[in-house]
Amino acid sequence: MTMHTLSVLVENKPGVLARVSGLFSRRGFNIDSLAVGETENPDVSRITIVVNAESSPLEQVTKQLNKLVNVLKIVELDPQVSVARELLLVKVRADRSARSQVLETVNLFRARVVDVAPDTLTIEATGTPDKLDALLRDLEAFGIKEMVQSGLVAIGRGSRSITAGPALRAA
Amino acid sequence: MTRPTPETLAHTARRARAAADPSVDVDPAAARGAATPAVPAVRPTASAQVSGAGSLVRSLEALEVDVVFGIPGGAILPAYDPLYDSTVRHILVRHEQGAGHAATGYAQATGKVGVCIATSGPGATNLVTPIADAYMDSVAMVAITGQVASPLIGTDGFQEADIQGITLPITKHNFLVQNAEEIPRVLAEAFHLASTGRPGPVLVDIPKDVLQAPTTFNWPPTLDLPGYRPTLHPHGKQIREAARLMAGARRPVLYVGGGVLKAGATDGLRRLAELTGIPVVTTLMALGAFPDSHQQHLGMPGMHGTVAAVYGLQKADLIVALGARFDDRVTGKLDSFAPDATVVHADIDPAEIGKNRHVDVPIVGDAKHVIDELIAAVTVERSAGRSTDLGDWWTQLDDLRNRYPLGYDEPSDGTLSPQYVIKRLGEIVGPDAIFVAGVGQHQMWASQFISYEKPYTWLNSGGLGTMGYAVPAAMGAKVGKPDTVVWAVDGDGCFQMTNQELATCALEGIPVKIAVINNGNLGMVRQWQTLFYNERYSNTELGTHKHRIPDFVKLAEALGCVGLRCENADDVDKTIAAAMEINDAPVVIDFVVGKDAMVWPMVAAGTSNDEIMFARGVRPTFDEDDI
Repeated sequence: MTMHTLSVLVENKPGVLARVSGLFSRRGFNIDSLAVGETENPDVSRITIVVNAESSPLEQVTKQLNKLVNVLKIVELDPQVSVARELLLVKVRADRSARSQVLETVNLFRARVVDVAPDTLTIEATGTPDKLDALLRDLEAFGIKEMVQSGLVAIGRGSRSITAGPALRAA
Repeated sequence: MTRPTPETLAHTARRARAAADPSVDVDPAAARGAATPAVPAVRPTASAQVSGAGSLVRSLEALEVDVVFGIPGGAILPAYDPLYDSTVRHILVRHEQGAGHAATGYAQATGKVGVCIATSGPGATNLVTPIADAYMDSVAMVAITGQVASPLIGTDGFQEADIQGITLPITKHNFLVQNAEEIPRVLAEAFHLASTGRPGPVLVDIPKDVLQAPTTFNWPPTLDLPGYRPTLHPHGKQIREAARLMAGARRPVLYVGGGVLKAGATDGLRRLAELTGIPVVTTLMALGAFPDSHQQHLGMPGMHGTVAAVYGLQKADLIVALGARFDDRVTGKLDSFAPDATVVHADIDPAEIGKNRHVDVPIVGDAKHVIDELIAAVTVERSAGRSTDLGDWWTQLDDLRNRYPLGYDEPSDGTLSPQYVIKRLGEIVGPDAIFVAGVGQHQMWASQFISYEKPYTWLNSGGLGTMGYAVPAAMGAKVGKPDTVVWAVDGDGCFQMTNQELATCALEGIPVKIAVINNGNLGMVRQWQTLFYNERYSNTELGTHKHRIPDFVKLAEALGCVGLRCENADDVDKTIAAAMEINDAPVVIDFVVGKDAMVWPMVAAGTSNDEIMFARGVRPTFDEDDI
């Protein structure tokens, strides 16, 4: 099994996310991560899905996705030629004795402190899933009180755009 | 015998207007074909101030809908007011499931879009089974449902059900209309989606306040479906590769599915088959696509297919699949299916290609275009002197056909043989009639012992296997083809699920004929209990023999039909003839048949096609050296 990152361009209409996510569960796939948002064209939303699957069943689910009337385009992003990021917000135990050590880790990972309380710091970090995992491993020693992560978003490198195309402009 | 007067007076005037519509009984081949987008019908631009409901009915008229099947209720009620004055004929069914299957039967018989209407909540959920049925069998159907008023959505309002959510996995697409201005566009899109590409059911859910809102009806609307672009024309390179393989194969088979009927490609199929001399098998969904009597027809493949068709596929070195989907009922145990075959798979739905069986030459396209282009490419191959003599292959297949023809044993207990009844029905009624089957033993016998010579004369529930399909689907077929004799071949189990629609048929003047193959049991389940559960007949006896509950003759009469009964072989012909004489009322014949007859041949579920049984305990002998 390998991780695959799919960029799915869909019409920005109610219920489309349910159609897409429902299809994955119906065909027996677990979605590892999912992120959705508008694109430069407000009529088009982009869903980034990370899924762990063999390539042959993945091809079947991609074909089934393509059959959804609201799906405009599906592109599998090659990790070698794309940029992928996640966002992490994490509340770490950091009283006066530990605070400077926590801040050192924050700086090391080029993360930011976004909220300060007497015994905690809330840290914001973006990066690849690997980088965020490493940051979390470092912070675990201090005590993680709460954390939240976004789904992965990804975009291809270079000047080419997957949203350029007659069908998408028509949308 | 009662002859109920059809309660048609109220409809007469509206129907007379509808009858003036020349599209009422069109040639199926002309109406079919995914290449021809069915909508929007070209009409002069129209604009009028109406309610949302008025806009809905005007849209149906503009789409040249001649009939809808439905039942009114609270949320859909606004639509029934403009419908009262419309040229669209509304047939008031007795259960929404009947409306759905009737729409399917209508669509399968005519090639046009079948339409059903129901109210919100239970009305809509009663459509779920026929929608799922139409989805599995790729039937062009549009289901219109009322929904609770927009402010009530999500509040568990009275008769509220999230029918859009419920039907998400069983529709090609569905809509929840947000405002009345969208209605013409959504209807036009629904018809376009249902009838083009791989056909399928589309549901349009309309809240009551949207139906009541004032709006402007504008026609024709502009379709806005940027993500929907079915591929109709196959890739030339793939076609040439397929033709090259067909010219070189020594044991080729054309594996024909329902897509060939959907595309109106049956004439082309015959030309392709005769040009190449390749044996043809037609699936349960494709019966009639190639004449049963044709010398090159091996019959139906699959669980209850002929030995020749099953072995033909199993031993093939080339399978050319046309509009078929390698269903488990055809392939048997998948990893042992046709082990030596190179596979060419042509389908309009790219997701079908490679879904079950690895494909060597994938072809995405409408079956009509695919077959036409294959004929041209094969002609090029042949004119270059490339073709293979299939004489040895035919010798082997003919030997199998001769040794293992379809047949049956007369029951030893003196009861009437169900196969005999069905065989005689086919012979007496002839190849112009439409036969509509339920699901079970009678369906398999009707597929085996009636000869289908023409397309669109065999309707059944193939993919979903919906018991209760036959009576309402026959009703829909008869409405679509009023001048054609329509016979439902039903089982006593199936018949008890949906026979209420005979009241609709009696009152609306829809003289269908129903042959109930009454063996007193859920016959196919009983057959499996006989074979696989040590003859422990748990909950399969229905009491229609032992207690004669219900008495189908009395039931038929109570529903306004003519009821006949036949209990022995000598009476079969004359009972069928008597039914054929009656054209002003629906007829039900209760054929009381033996319960122990079984469907053969059989490939048991989950086993390899190599394990096919010709009869109980009888494996066909097959000389492997021949192949």
